[in-house]
Amino acid sequence: MRHLIIGAGPAGVIAAEHLRETDPQAGILLIGDEPEPPYSRMALPYYLTGNIDERGTHLRKSADHFDRLGIELRTGTRVTAIEPADKHVRLEDGREEAYDRLLLATGSSPATPPIPGIEQEGVTPCWTLEQGRAIASGARPDSPVVLLGAGFIGSIVLEALARRGVELHVVEMGDRMVPRMMNETAGGLLKEWCEKKGVKVHVSTRATAIQSGRNGHRLAVELEGGEVLDADLVITATGVRPNTGLLEGSGVQVDQGILIDRNMQTSVEGIYAAGDVAQGRDFSTGEYSVQAIQPTAAEHGRLAALNMAGRNVPHQGTLNMNVLDTLGLISSSFGLWQGVEGGDHAELLNRPRYRYVNLQFEEDRLVGGTCLGLTEHIGVLHGLIQSRLPLGVWKERLMQDPTRLMEAYLACTQSLSACKVLH
Amino acid sequence: MSWAGKILRVNLNAGTVTPEPLNMEWAMQYLGQRGLATKYLVEETDPKVDPLSPDNKLIMATGPLTGTMASTGGRYSVITKGPLTGAIACSNSGGFFGAELKHAGWDMIIFEGRSPKPVYLYVEDDHAELIPADEIWGKSVWETDQILHEKHADPLIRIAAVGRAAEKGCLYAAIVNDLHRAAGRSGVGTVMASKQVKAVVVRGTKGISNIRDPEAFEEVTEAAKKVLAENAVTGEGLPKYGTQVLMNVINEIGAMPTRNMRDVQFEGASKISGEAMYEPRESDGKPNLVTNGACFGCTIACGRISTIDPTHFTIKDKPQYRHASGGLEYEAAWALGSDEGIDDLDALTYANFLCNEDGLDPISFGATVAAAMELYEMGVITREDTGGIELKFGNAEALARCAELTARGEGFGQVLGLGSKRLCEKYGHPDLSMTVKGQEFPAYDPRGIQGMGLAYATSNRGACHLRGYSVASEVLGIPYKTDPLVTEGKAELVKAFQDATGAVDSSGLCVFTTFAWTLEDIAPQIDAACEGNWTPEKLQEVGERVWNLERKYNIEAGITGKYDTLPKRLLKEAAKTGPAKGMANRLDEMLPEYYSLRGWTPDGVPTPETLQRLGV
Amino acid sequence: MLKSLALEPAKCTGCLQCELACSWENEASFNPSKSRIRVFTFHEEGRFAPYTCTQCAEAWCLHACPVEAIVINGATGAKEVIEDVCVGCKVCTIACPFGTVNYNHDTGKVIKCDLCGGDPACARACPTEAITWVDADQTGYDRMQAWAARSVESIDATQGGGA
Ligand SMILES: Cc1cc2nc3c(=O)[nH]c(=O)nc-3n(C[C@H](O)[C@H](O)[C@H](O)COP(=O)(O)OP(=O)(O)OC[C@H]3O[C@@H](n4cnc5c(N)ncnc54)[C@H](O)[C@@H]3O)c2cc1C
Ligand code: SF4
Repeated sequence: MRHLIIGAGPAGVIAAEHLRETDPQAGILLIGDEPEPPYSRMALPYYLTGNIDERGTHLRKSADHFDRLGIELRTGTRVTAIEPADKHVRLEDGREEAYDRLLLATGSSPATPPIPGIEQEGVTPCWTLEQGRAIASGARPDSPVVLLGAGFIGSIVLEALARRGVELHVVEMGDRMVPRMMNETAGGLLKEWCEKKGVKVHVSTRATAIQSGRNGHRLAVELEGGEVLDADLVITATGVRPNTGLLEGSGVQVDQGILIDRNMQTSVEGIYAAGDVAQGRDFSTGEYSVQAIQPTAAEHGRLAALNMAGRNVPHQGTLNMNVLDTLGLISSSFGLWQGVEGGDHAELLNRPRYRYVNLQFEEDRLVGGTCLGLTEHIGVLHGLIQSRLPLGVWKERLMQDPTRLMEAYLACTQSLSACKVLH
Repeated sequence: MSWAGKILRVNLNAGTVTPEPLNMEWAMQYLGQRGLATKYLVEETDPKVDPLSPDNKLIMATGPLTGTMASTGGRYSVITKGPLTGAIACSNSGGFFGAELKHAGWDMIIFEGRSPKPVYLYVEDDHAELIPADEIWGKSVWETDQILHEKHADPLIRIAAVGRAAEKGCLYAAIVNDLHRAAGRSGVGTVMASKQVKAVVVRGTKGISNIRDPEAFEEVTEAAKKVLAENAVTGEGLPKYGTQVLMNVINEIGAMPTRNMRDVQFEGASKISGEAMYEPRESDGKPNLVTNGACFGCTIACGRISTIDPTHFTIKDKPQYRHASGGLEYEAAWALGSDEGIDDLDALTYANFLCNEDGLDPISFGATVAAAMELYEMGVITREDTGGIELKFGNAEALARCAELTARGEGFGQVLGLGSKRLCEKYGHPDLSMTVKGQEFPAYDPRGIQGMGLAYATSNRGACHLRGYSVASEVLGIPYKTDPLVTEGKAELVKAFQDATGAVDSSGLCVFTTFAWTLEDIAPQIDAACEGNWTPEKLQEVGERVWNLERKYNIEAGITGKYDTLPKRLLKEAAKTGPAKGMANRLDEMLPEYYSLRGWTPDGVPTPETLQRLGV
Repeated sequence: MLKSLALEPAKCTGCLQCELACSWENEASFNPSKSRIRVFTFHEEGRFAPYTCTQCAEAWCLHACPVEAIVINGATGAKEVIEDVCVGCKVCTIACPFGTVNYNHDTGKVIKCDLCGGDPACARACPTEAITWVDADQTGYDRMQAWAARSVESIDATQGGGA
């Protein structure tokens, strides 16, 4: 049995490792087109802030990790096409590689917004290690930088840039920050916070053009209202597209991402997909969507591997969740944070202290939540949602005080009613 | 060193909060908490100040061991001039608030002046601010706790607050922290409310990492915990029955003050005892006691968590009280029970809940009700006065009603809120007030335990068992057994207890540890934590120094030796039953000796030599 | 024989000695806010529940970590955070469904129970044996891991349908 994995990001690497664990005899070939050892995009912001060096971004720290596991890793190698009829893939240099089972873990790429002048030097996404290096050398303290997009990734990059001490402007089309991760209250608080910390946030507007610069700066970004922002660097974070180009003519069906079933298999037998590129099952809705987050990539990779190795392990769906640190204000969102029809919700806001909790219920189960300025035990939100634990009286208590999540969880899972035996 | 080295000064007139370094020179002399805060109060205020005026100050103080792993190291004290007594007031509380304050990096908070509007203090590590208290003023402690938890959206804040009793001027209002732990005595809550401070909210994440000798500290605190665990009182009695372990014991030796101290034994004692709290009740088959609970860092865990019978008359229409909360301690059980001749455990638990809910000292409250009951039975207080309450000994409904009214400062509750001394004076029978220096007695009748008579009479904060607990020796044989009915040797015993307690109260530890610990166990813990070579002798001296400083303050406040006395009833009316039958308290046999042992003049004034020896 | 922490809420008095011991052992500070074990108080019921990482087999935190900063200690089975490698992204704090990985604002890294390398300070400090260090197959541990099983069951029960 020969497993071939395209894409050496988290999904691909975790899949390779689980394949090795489940199927000790199989051949495993992991192909990635980036020149570096497998690394984590998520770690890029920490690389930018100087928190870690390049090695710190690597998914696996020991040099012989893949060798030791008997995983053949080929970096700097691009797959250009897959040919299911012949059960092989074609590489950039024209060579073929055969497979019995194939995993598509090609991730996604940043979308390029249709703005005149976007192709100029000094305009870049923050997506790859290589781009990270360029940003690290270009974003000097006090130099003006414009960030286009304040979605989840944009906000993460924002943190890194601000920490580098650049003079930062953020431009977001939506009416608030992280509009797809948080509601108005939370997004609004986040914006206020950023501004308090000296970041200029422009919402409900867009860049209409990027011109060559003035006042000694490389670039100038023109906004919808006519305002012009100087910039030495423009960073785009305006959404991502799944890397599905190599599938042309393969018969693998693609919607927002690669369509998969509950066993992570695509429309073509023997071909699986995982991570940012896959349109996987969402735990909360039961529907299929692209989540493009690290925990989902990890979960996908593991499940794809198990199924590829012949185990029938259906995917129950991953919970959409994010955690974000914006200049020290930590926020997180889970599942159906927008709520469900007919469901109750609890909300708690301490505006001066930048604290916010919002819980969403369906009957007496938790289905989603948002936290701002609260980091203690927040994982339990994940647990409560994913276990679909009936909360009973604790729903009322959470409605009254939503910060009592951990107690709710413990009360519903541990036998607290057992009478204490005093000496 | 395990002081934080920092105090927070809150000027309520100006609305400012200012950090200040702790005076380490004073800390070396007075250790912390009770002693050190007393030093600050004495230095900063005029002893003649009106306790409820802006010129009085209120200090919340931790000790060097507060917040550490030393068993029971979670205490804080509130020091101020008390409105009930006009003497120095020092009330000690456990729970979690004190440790949190220390973990936020503060040894103490000094409140001065009076806020023009109700406020509460919010402290989160270095950050401190005064916040308008509009939404909590007029609310109970429990409501305040809930509102503030929700408002701050932080489950980990700790709150100390005053209830409606304090706002309405009840003179024995407590400051309640963590829902049911209280700096209970002498009206410290009344002072806080008079300053228009409703609550103090703290959240501490800095911790304590400056222990002098970490390894030694680990070792000695562990050894000391072992001593507590192996001791019959702290290892078995207190965890199992709480302080209520004493109810039957004290009743048997004939020292259970009953019906405003007319009697020394209560026929219903066993029904309101620690043992009774284990009895399943008829309605739901559950006992009164849910569990024992500990204060911060306490390996004894004497705290009672109780529920009231849901079918009991007190709460059958009040679902809001159908949850577990702080249950009866011995003092509360006595003051709400035997002193009123009431043996209804649920009624007492209900009254106790109300004391916590709105911040009443159950001892003063209970004893005041008892005095009122006696006056009622004499026909001096009438049904009109009480607003229709049949204020007779044994009437549980009356107790429940009085608790409601006093907690909320309504109707006859306002009169009860004056305390026993003022109430008895008001009705023309000052002799019926069972108080010393205006503060009500706790649960040990000094006819049956002679030494306690001296301890009460000389206590700097008015009648109090926690200033010199000679009961330990006279009843329990700790550290050695003495005969409770003799006076010989009691002066020395009481002095030793008073001094040792002064040191313990200044350390951050709980005085209940002294059922098992002596200063020999305590000194190494303080010494491992703090600079200053703390030996048992040195601690004893700190205690003596604190005692004399308090005394000096009181004398300057006008509370002189002539107030070192007991009510006539205890000196003249003999006990009617029990081992002490036929005996009154013989204070006069002990007091002169006590003064001389203390190095005081025959009038009870510390001599200049004494003050100099102690460096006061 | 692998050992594990057995937590018995019914024996807990809420004294927080475990939190003190934990923060002392791991942070050289008496600081419950930095403790890896926490005691939760149920005022209405008058109950206390100590709680910390169960070192669950699923190891959600470990799999979610993007930089391999969480590893298994072969001797104890504990999932340990390697501080030097952790970048502080906090993904593990939301991945852990038990809420037992916490972010430490002071260090910018996460903290979780590592069983103190095989001699847990909390168990040593607990005065009432509400926390004990026992052979892994003892009943307390089963109960602690019940959630994991329970969550799998509820997942199975929902298979085939939507949310
Ligand atoms: C700056 C930044 C910060 C982020 N922060 C977070 C965060 O805090 N939390 C979070 O949950 N998520 C975060 N993410 C998202 C997260 O990194 C992705 O969800 C995750 O990387 C997806 O993993 P993957 O393996 O599916 O894809 P990728 O990591 O994108 O890996 C796919 C790999 O396949 C390669 N590839 C593509 N096509 C081919 C081909 N034809 N042949 C060979 N190789 C190919 C790609 O070059 C790439 O190396 C962040 C992303 C970025 C960019
Ligand atoms: S916070 Fe640290 S340990 Fe947790 S996932 Fe991120 S890098 Fe890993």
